[in-house]
Amino acid sequence: MNSNTKTRSKGIEPEVFGLWIANGSILMMFAAFTSAYIVRQAQGNWLEFRLPEWFFWSTLIIVASSFTIHFAYKNFLSRNIQMYKKLYLITFVLGVLFVITQYLGWLAMNDSGVELTGNPAGSFVYVISGVHALHVLGGLAALAVGVLKMYLLPDGFSQKRKTRFKMMVHYWHFVDILWIYLLLFFILQ
Amino acid sequence: MAQTQVAVQDVSDQLIEKYGYDDHFHEHHHGDKFQTNFITHYIFSMDHKMIGKQFLITGMFWAFIGGLMSLIFRLQLGFPEENMAWLQPFLGKWIVLNDAGIGSISPEFYYAMVTMHGTILVFFVLTAGLSGTFSNFLIPLQIGARDMASPFLNMLSYWFFFLAGVVLFFSLFLSTGAFSGGWVAYPPLSALPQAASGSGAGMTLWLLSLTLFVVSVLLGGINYVTTIINMRTKGLSMWRLPLTIWAFLITAVIGLLSFPVLVSGFLLLFFDRSVGTSFYLSEIYIGGQALDHVGGSPILYQHLFWFLGHPEVYIIILPAMGIVSEVLAIHSRKPIFGYKAMVFSILAIAFLSFLVWAHHMFVSGINPYMAMIFVLFTLIIAVPSAVKVFNWIATLYGGSIRFNSANLFSIGFVSMFISGGLTGIFLGNSAIDIQLHDTYFVVAHFHIVMGVAAFFGTFAGVYHWFPKMYGRFMNEFLGKIHFWFTLIGAYLIFWPMHYLGIAGVPRRYYSFDTFETFSHFSGMNQFITIAAILVFVVQLVFVINFFYSIWYGKKVKVKNPWGATTLEWTTPINVGHGNWPGKIPTVHRWSYDYSKGERDFISQIEPLSEEEKKEGVH
Repeated sequence: MNSNTKTRSKGIEPEVFGLWIANGSILMMFAAFTSAYIVRQAQGNWLEFRLPEWFFWSTLIIVASSFTIHFAYKNFLSRNIQMYKKLYLITFVLGVLFVITQYLGWLAMNDSGVELTGNPAGSFVYVISGVHALHVLGGLAALAVGVLKMYLLPDGFSQKRKTRFKMMVHYWHFVDILWIYLLLFFILQ
Repeated sequence: MAQTQVAVQDVSDQLIEKYGYDDHFHEHHHGDKFQTNFITHYIFSMDHKMIGKQFLITGMFWAFIGGLMSLIFRLQLGFPEENMAWLQPFLGKWIVLNDAGIGSISPEFYYAMVTMHGTILVFFVLTAGLSGTFSNFLIPLQIGARDMASPFLNMLSYWFFFLAGVVLFFSLFLSTGAFSGGWVAYPPLSALPQAASGSGAGMTLWLLSLTLFVVSVLLGGINYVTTIINMRTKGLSMWRLPLTIWAFLITAVIGLLSFPVLVSGFLLLFFDRSVGTSFYLSEIYIGGQALDHVGGSPILYQHLFWFLGHPEVYIIILPAMGIVSEVLAIHSRKPIFGYKAMVFSILAIAFLSFLVWAHHMFVSGINPYMAMIFVLFTLIIAVPSAVKVFNWIATLYGGSIRFNSANLFSIGFVSMFISGGLTGIFLGNSAIDIQLHDTYFVVAHFHIVMGVAAFFGTFAGVYHWFPKMYGRFMNEFLGKIHFWFTLIGAYLIFWPMHYLGIAGVPRRYYSFDTFETFSHFSGMNQFITIAAILVFVVQLVFVINFFYSIWYGKKVKVKNPWGATTLEWTTPINVGHGNWPGKIPTVHRWSYDYSKGERDFISQIEPLSEEEKKEGVH
């Protein structure tokens, strides 16, 4: 974004503001999925089943990764470079582990007889968690670019880097909270 | 007159120099970066004005294609017995010749045309072509910004739209034909590739195209909202914004909240089509064979679709309303009547638009008690709509009205919105809807209230801001011909349809030859078809006027030819990148100071006089 076009200074950067608008859109998408779930469930012929245990490991992992990226950012700001690089890398690894445990969860569901093409109760869980995993993958792609830059470029502190890092942190917290919402939704429904 | 305008122009330069805000924009050579060569200037442009023009001209292309499609199915409806063999060189196998050599339009092609006409007009023309054009062109100019918050995302937004268009255009040439199950794409017609010839590859491309289109809308919307909230110039508080900007802001917000829901619906549809899930499908027999799909609900799709689908009609009409509010005030030389009421009615309409979707589903088998709630909210929308209509008329009342093309189309918009809005009260009642549902009454209603009205808003905007876009005027004489024939022609097309609908003639039917009840309407159908051809031809006058005027129109001699208060008219006649050559103007008053005291108008960049400060207004 072109910083020279800014004529007003607000507490929040336009980039971060734009990101949260995008997050709002993503949230609407999941609101639609979960509403569709409720509407369909109310019509009966609904399979009751337990969520795979792997999903709870996923939850633990993604919550942990939210903490690591938070402290990575803190260390980045206080120029504690070794620590920030370490925490950033751990976040990336945890993100990969999240996607892997999701995949293992789908395999477990499939093995227990809840198939993708079976009762919509199961299909919904596959599709909703799958679309969420895609959003985590999107975040992982951005994190991967960050990891590459972290090792290939000389370390420096600029407003641009700070804003990008901040967007990364906000998005990562967003997909984390989104997952907790989805998990609670699946359990309580 | 000319002298005073030159004087005004000098004043605006002086005011910007004196009170403007120096952001050192031109010391950084951004202008060069964006306009160095043909490709970065005209094709992959990151300048909001060029992107706006790209949206406009692409929208005009699609309006032409979509309009031609409507002529094809109107020919079938008006003249089902006529020999259509002359169309064979263009349409090939879709014109079926019988043994006697008499050609007729094939039913598959007819349905594909109806579907494509709806898809193209709703999404490509009246969403991208209207909101895409004017949001891009006007937001930075009217809020005093150098460009959008993210010029790059803005460019992507156009190119995703372009790509969506390419995919849909391609689907027209498939040997199995384009998708033909109606623009709403209800399952099972859309979910089962074997349901109709267009439901296979045609539907796959339709889904892909629409998904690309949603990406475009979201990228654009994020940009519009971020820009309006964060990048207004000094002094331009929300309550000083022109109503155009308010309308574009709320339109973008509605789009950001509703289009993702459509994507959810499409994704589940994609899984049903390609993976074998059963979200929408249950117990279906095709050719005597039972399908594997069990446990789905087609009503679910309708909920998801109309949760977008209804807000979508406000995405179409709100920008037109904003444009009309602005154009009416300027060309009546009066402040807009009830500015705050206008803003609050936009907000009210936006809020209610999310609570009324099931009024499209009154005969889909929803609980009558549920229907009652949706009837209630639907009818409440009449209140903010009536507030707006009242305010437009009150703005015109007692004004020194200029009857130029821009203002005529604005007045025409109000006429269309009233006559189309009234029939909405009929359809919003679930009891009356049982008789009128899926008849030509519905077709007449929504074409007038959101189709023709939104077109009128677009035309008003194009005639009004053309001088800012190209530094030339459009031809007024051709503009007036365009207006009068379109106004009268549109009513000639759609008024008779109300009678067809009340008589129960169903929409989307290929032919009525097996229905004795409807046989005496063939004369009326012929009349509608002839009127439609006439209106289409008159639109070509607009297209010719538009392109002729880009190169040969009367040149704009003064910065502010309409005597308007808003910021875009303080820029040079031919606006360069960055919009203002020096400082950015700052704002000292609201955007509707017309006929104030002795003054014809007072630009937003002019500080309050001592007297005004004492009064403490705006």
